Amino acid sequence: MNLFGKKNYFSLEGGEQRTKKNDKRRQKAEPSIPDGMWIKCNTCKAIIYKKEVTEYKLCPNCDAHFRMSPAERIAITCDEGTWEELDANMRPKNPMDYPGYEDIIEKAQKKAGILEGAVTGRCKICGQDTVLALMDSHFVMGSMGSVVGEKVTRAVEYATKNRLPVVIFTTSGGARMQEGIISLMQMAKVAEALGKHDDAGLLYVTVLTDPTTGGVTASFAMLGDIILSEPKALIGFAGQRVIQGTIHQELPEGFQRAEFQLEHGFVDRIVHREKLREELGKILLLHNRQESEVTL
Amino acid sequence: MSEAMKSVSIARKIERPNTRQFIERIFEDFMEFHGDRLFADDGAVVGGIAFLEKMPVTVVGIQKGHTLEENLECNFGSPNPEGYRKALRLMKQAEKFHRPVITFINTAGAFCGIGAEERGQGEAIARNLLEMSRLKTPIISIFIGEGGSGGALALAVSDSVWMLEHGMYSILSPEGFASILWRDSSRVAEAAELMKMTAKDLLKNEVIDRMFFEPKEGLEHNLDKTAVELKKALLETLPDLMKKETPVLLEKRYKRFRKFGEFTES
Repeated sequence: MNLFGKKNYFSLEGGEQRTKKNDKRRQKAEPSIPDGMWIKCNTCKAIIYKKEVTEYKLCPNCDAHFRMSPAERIAITCDEGTWEELDANMRPKNPMDYPGYEDIIEKAQKKAGILEGAVTGRCKICGQDTVLALMDSHFVMGSMGSVVGEKVTRAVEYATKNRLPVVIFTTSGGARMQEGIISLMQMAKVAEALGKHDDAGLLYVTVLTDPTTGGVTASFAMLGDIILSEPKALIGFAGQRVIQGTIHQELPEGFQRAEFQLEHGFVDRIVHREKLREELGKILLLHNRQESEVTL
Repeated sequence: MSEAMKSVSIARKIERPNTRQFIERIFEDFMEFHGDRLFADDGAVVGGIAFLEKMPVTVVGIQKGHTLEENLECNFGSPNPEGYRKALRLMKQAEKFHRPVITFINTAGAFCGIGAEERGQGEAIARNLLEMSRLKTPIISIFIGEGGSGGALALAVSDSVWMLEHGMYSILSPEGFASILWRDSSRVAEAAELMKMTAKDLLKNEVIDRMFFEPKEGLEHNLDKTAVELKKALLETLPDLMKKETPVLLEKRYKRFRKFGEFTES
């Protein structure tokens, strides 16, 4: 669970959560660290000067790929000024009447600054038109409920109708448990929309980012014509604790990481974040018949 | 005990009739086929061809055992990726020869283990969802016991989904739900109730299309009665499905799953 609640780095700032007690302690401690200037990398444990972290959100010390929000992702992926969001106002209901679900959603919306766990739209990447969907691991653990399922399905249907490719950046803890069986049905819903997109001979690329697990792995994450992954991303079906609880064995080093998935044949390429935009552009161009056949 | 907990305990009973018992009673000349042609044969998935009266059909189902020995053979009804791939191979074969497919579902979930991850449990399930959604032959799925999450859905993207009275179908077990969401595994009964995982609830929200009552004396004491009812229902339903033009059949299947989701857009 903590895997999805935590960022893979943490700020050394007090932020809004600072209590009065801590405030007093801070005032006594000299010299003080100015708020928000330093973060700690969870991978190499180095204390990093925040300004050294670029828009790619990499650890300047060990190159760990920190988790990104959809907005940050759009900024480094889409050609400037080309992003047009689809279905921006979709919000969840409470299909199971789960007590407190509205509060959970409201908190997640405040924390992540978006209305739900997926953002979809169309844009250009290196001049190539595409439909793009992005998930946010900080929104209720990046879980897929009705809204994520519906938005991704509509994005895929939009792409099929307009004969466009689809690129999806995945990150998810799995199905949205608070929506019960309806969240399970989203897996079938997205998969069948992808089936139609596939039947139309259109390209689907997935970019697996840390972490991609559960029902998202077992539906659209693993269905790309081309599957890319960021280095060291955790990718799997079952959670590591569940597996340990089932088999009572230690899990091997690097288990379920991107490199493990590449070795076992489930990922086409591991791509460094700084190279992703360029690679996606190239893949899109290679599948753009109008432009690529000119030279034939 | 609540209705939901009653069904949970009945669905999990070790004596609960399993897939092979249903196949024996509903079909004739069942010929079992093995292997996924890629890695291995998974004992948790049983499949092959048979006659439903005079109609050739493909039958695939998840198998649980009644004894420890039987359960070791079928991994307690938790398939590995090769099980799902065997199921898909047999379904594609059915498509080629335009035989309808009948699937039986009874699983706590897809197996969670190192080998299952190495061989792509997620990919195997995902592939089945996609391929079943466009399989050009009718599919009917019958939940006879437990229906655990993606591992159950991987055999249930069908034209019509049926369930026995004490079957269940959920995103995860009520134990898992209580311990993950509330960090309190003692609240299982509350979770089972809230999750709306019983046949009656699932019928209401259209996750299943049809429910079959079980004999009052218990399914295991009068399996023939339920098997006859299922056979009758299949004989009534399949000829109509077989007559449908493929695009019509597939569009209807698409819409069946497309409709799920509750949201607002204000």
